[in-house]
Amino acid sequence: MSVLQLTISGLREELQAQRTSAVAVTRRCIERIDNTDDQLNTFVSRCDDSAFQDATAADVRLSAGKAATLTGIPLGLKDIFSTKGLRTTCGSKILANYVPVYDATVVERLREQGAVIVGKLNMDEFAMGSSNESSAAGVCRNPWDTNHVPGGSSGGSAVAVAAGQVVAALGTDTGGSIRQPAAHCGVVGLKPTYGRVSRYGVIAYASSLDQVGPITRTVEDCALLLEAIAGYDPCDSTSVDCPVPDYQASLRDGVAGKKIGLPQEYFIAGLDPAVKAAVDAAVEVYRGLGAELVPVSLPHTDYSVACYYLIATAEASSNLARYDGVRFGVRHCTGGGLIDMYQQTRSAGFGAEVKRRIMLGTYALSSGYYDAYYLKAQKVRTLIRQDFLKAFEQVDLLLTPVAPTAAFKIGEKMDDPLQMYLSDIFTIPANLAGTCAMSIPCGFDAAGLPIGLQLIGKPFGEEEMLQAAWAFEQATDWHTCRPTL
Amino acid sequence: MKTRYETVIGLEVHVQLTTATKIFCGCSTAFGQSPNSQTCPVCLGLPGALPVLNREVVNAAIKTGLATNCRIAPYSIFARKNYFYPDLPKGYQISQFELPICEQGWLDISSEEFAAKRIGITRIHMEEDAGKLLHAANAGSLVDLNRACTPLLEVVSEPDMRSAAEAIAYLKQLHQIVVYLGVCDGNMEEGSFRCDANVSVRPVGQAELGTRAELKNLNSFRFIKQAIDYEVERQIELIEEGGKVVQETRLFDPDAGVTRSMRGKEQAHDYRYFPDPDLLPLEVSEGWIAEVRAALPELPDQKRRRYEEQLGLPAYDAAVLSAERPLAEYFEALVVRHNNPKLCSNWVMGEVLGAIRENNVAIDDCPVTPELLAGILKRIEDNSISGKIAKTVFSAIWQTGKSADEVIAERGLKQVSDSAALAAIIAEVIAANPTEVAEYRGGKEKLMGFFVGQVMKESKGKANPGLVNQLLKEHLQQKT
Ligand SMILES: [Zn+2]
Repeated sequence: MSVLQLTISGLREELQAQRTSAVAVTRRCIERIDNTDDQLNTFVSRCDDSAFQDATAADVRLSAGKAATLTGIPLGLKDIFSTKGLRTTCGSKILANYVPVYDATVVERLREQGAVIVGKLNMDEFAMGSSNESSAAGVCRNPWDTNHVPGGSSGGSAVAVAAGQVVAALGTDTGGSIRQPAAHCGVVGLKPTYGRVSRYGVIAYASSLDQVGPITRTVEDCALLLEAIAGYDPCDSTSVDCPVPDYQASLRDGVAGKKIGLPQEYFIAGLDPAVKAAVDAAVEVYRGLGAELVPVSLPHTDYSVACYYLIATAEASSNLARYDGVRFGVRHCTGGGLIDMYQQTRSAGFGAEVKRRIMLGTYALSSGYYDAYYLKAQKVRTLIRQDFLKAFEQVDLLLTPVAPTAAFKIGEKMDDPLQMYLSDIFTIPANLAGTCAMSIPCGFDAAGLPIGLQLIGKPFGEEEMLQAAWAFEQATDWHTCRPTL
Repeated sequence: MKTRYETVIGLEVHVQLTTATKIFCGCSTAFGQSPNSQTCPVCLGLPGALPVLNREVVNAAIKTGLATNCRIAPYSIFARKNYFYPDLPKGYQISQFELPICEQGWLDISSEEFAAKRIGITRIHMEEDAGKLLHAANAGSLVDLNRACTPLLEVVSEPDMRSAAEAIAYLKQLHQIVVYLGVCDGNMEEGSFRCDANVSVRPVGQAELGTRAELKNLNSFRFIKQAIDYEVERQIELIEEGGKVVQETRLFDPDAGVTRSMRGKEQAHDYRYFPDPDLLPLEVSEGWIAEVRAALPELPDQKRRRYEEQLGLPAYDAAVLSAERPLAEYFEALVVRHNNPKLCSNWVMGEVLGAIRENNVAIDDCPVTPELLAGILKRIEDNSISGKIAKTVFSAIWQTGKSADEVIAERGLKQVSDSAALAAIIAEVIAANPTEVAEYRGGKEKLMGFFVGQVMKESKGKANPGLVNQLLKEHLQQKT
């Protein structure tokens, strides 16, 4: 089987039946990375040696019949996850030399279950971006057309999965950073309910919005990987202590009789016709599968982007204060005093988008502006959350596009941050509401670029959402399409 | 001139808590370890690390709140106070801003210098401490983060104090309470109990507050008094000369006894407080509060009152014995074993305090335990030994740890209360001092003391003094 078609579920069977070995699979991934990374620029850091060690250890367990869920599966990590002994830059110059002394909880969980970590994946600097263009490591390219962005901020994770460099990857999603690149790269991406997955060790962008989630080739893999990382973590006070369902077991339950809401505010004038056509077609698939499609309204949708850019930047302005050149990371100091060191370090270390957001957030929290901006945004956030809760009194799921267009060209929106921000218009509300949402492939535009379908579930309704996604996947073959590289 | 102005003082006290671990991570809070040895990703502020609230800190806050008559908030919020400094690893301090855990408390203070009054406590909130900077001679500045993330309570008073004496009385009482509660070791020199004073003056009768100066670096009660007195005088002089007090932070210089402006630094900061998204709002149930309340120790003020009212001690004794919890516990353990509070009080305030001070030991380590001391008091009251001999017994117990009865027996210190034996001694004394006997009988009654002394000397101090007096009188009146 081509490395492009490997799935966690399929590979697990092959490995456990000993028809292949973890070392062999890891070698195929690493060869694939060697052959494609010049074109794609996916990896920020690689760890071939430790990957082979992990794979060798996995093979020992496999031959002893002691395999865990992910034993021997090559995975990639967005460069936002702290990895003990492995450089973690978060896409920033300021962390160019930063090597964590501890593993993030999700990394620990992957390791416990035998995963083979092959490297750290490109991303927008500090997860701030929708195109991967703000990365200090340079833009990562869309494997369907390398002149196009892969989306962001988890661009590298989506590309690595789409291009067959890894079997699956983890990303983070603050305003769409898993779903939008998954859509742009034709893979599956899921943002869990806030609190479902631990944030401990995940470099924070906007703490009240950040969630870790899987990017995979199939819905089944998505369920598997989510189950591996989900659950309460005593190190993260915002993680929620509620049991993790067996997502995989209930995947096949179907959508017959389910009510799926179509929020009218998401089907707007600016929507690209190809995207609209693909989503309309998906609606028909669900109707055919026995679901009931009903119009719903999320009246405060219009305020989402403004609300997000106040809350996220406010939190970021504080979260990023620790990058001061004192204890870790890159220090710039050509003399002068303490303030000079701070200024030089942060001026040289942060890119333009990060600086812009730190300034926006600092402004929103400043004395005299706090009530008008930050506090008001929090109130709007409550209204947006209520929109969703009300809608979920009527329907089981919501169906929307992931992004207004397919992947845009590299450089196309770099000079127009507002246009860039609007590319997250359909993904941001789920983060503000704290609920789960995912992107699944649902078609291509005329240029052959993938289009994603967004399903939004109830808080902690990942199980039901995955069932609907799986049903769609079974009824279509978009998920089997792979880029040629 | 001074009497035309009224002084207004509000105090902010930082109470370092004695929890075993830090407020947001599991690192130890022990002092004096090698730099940065007690750190982890959380208190180092490493990327991705997250705080988890230590429940013991909340318990300490609730205790302190209840002991200072505060309302305990059922719902309170941690906020980030944003500013850059090398001892602050995250670039923000986790504190509480809106919705602190305790509000609207008070303490009653009294002293001979002023009428009893109530001082309002605006709020008490929880926060983390910063690390320490060490300025090495050739190595620039070094950062030690062992102290980073150790738990503090900040207790903010209303501007209710009108003199340094009132401020000191308030501080001493607060200090006594937190030490009593066991939430703080109270060490001011090491900074476990630190105070900033907001001081202003205004013409008597003016309702509006004057512009205040915030005084820092006040690490003893004496310095606090000096600093406030100096600052009050400085502000009055300034106003009298037509100047204006500026709102600023001033450092107290204990060597020069003056306060000095910290120009520039710390001024006009916008801390951009906002709720910390890494910590959930803290919910404290009625049940939790009740649990803490039930476990509260009796507080010094309550003890003092009980000692006076129930044990019948004089006010002075009650105040001394209740001032520190270990001493009060020693005293109470003694009273339980020997139910004569005044005798117990005399011995604790006399011999016990004297001996522990002289030998520089803590009351908890006093070798004469309440049980051993009760043994002595028992023998005083049953007339086995005199008060004077009892002091000898006390010293012997201090040295040997033996019981009073053992010491008395070994050293033959038992008082002679046998009338026949004493009568023999008295007869000898009378026979040996005919001149004095004649004089006494001739009316020089003060010679009684001489005879008592003689009898005590002959009995090697073991004679029961009451009995000696009685028998001597009888014998001397008999005309032989
Ligand atoms: Zn720590």
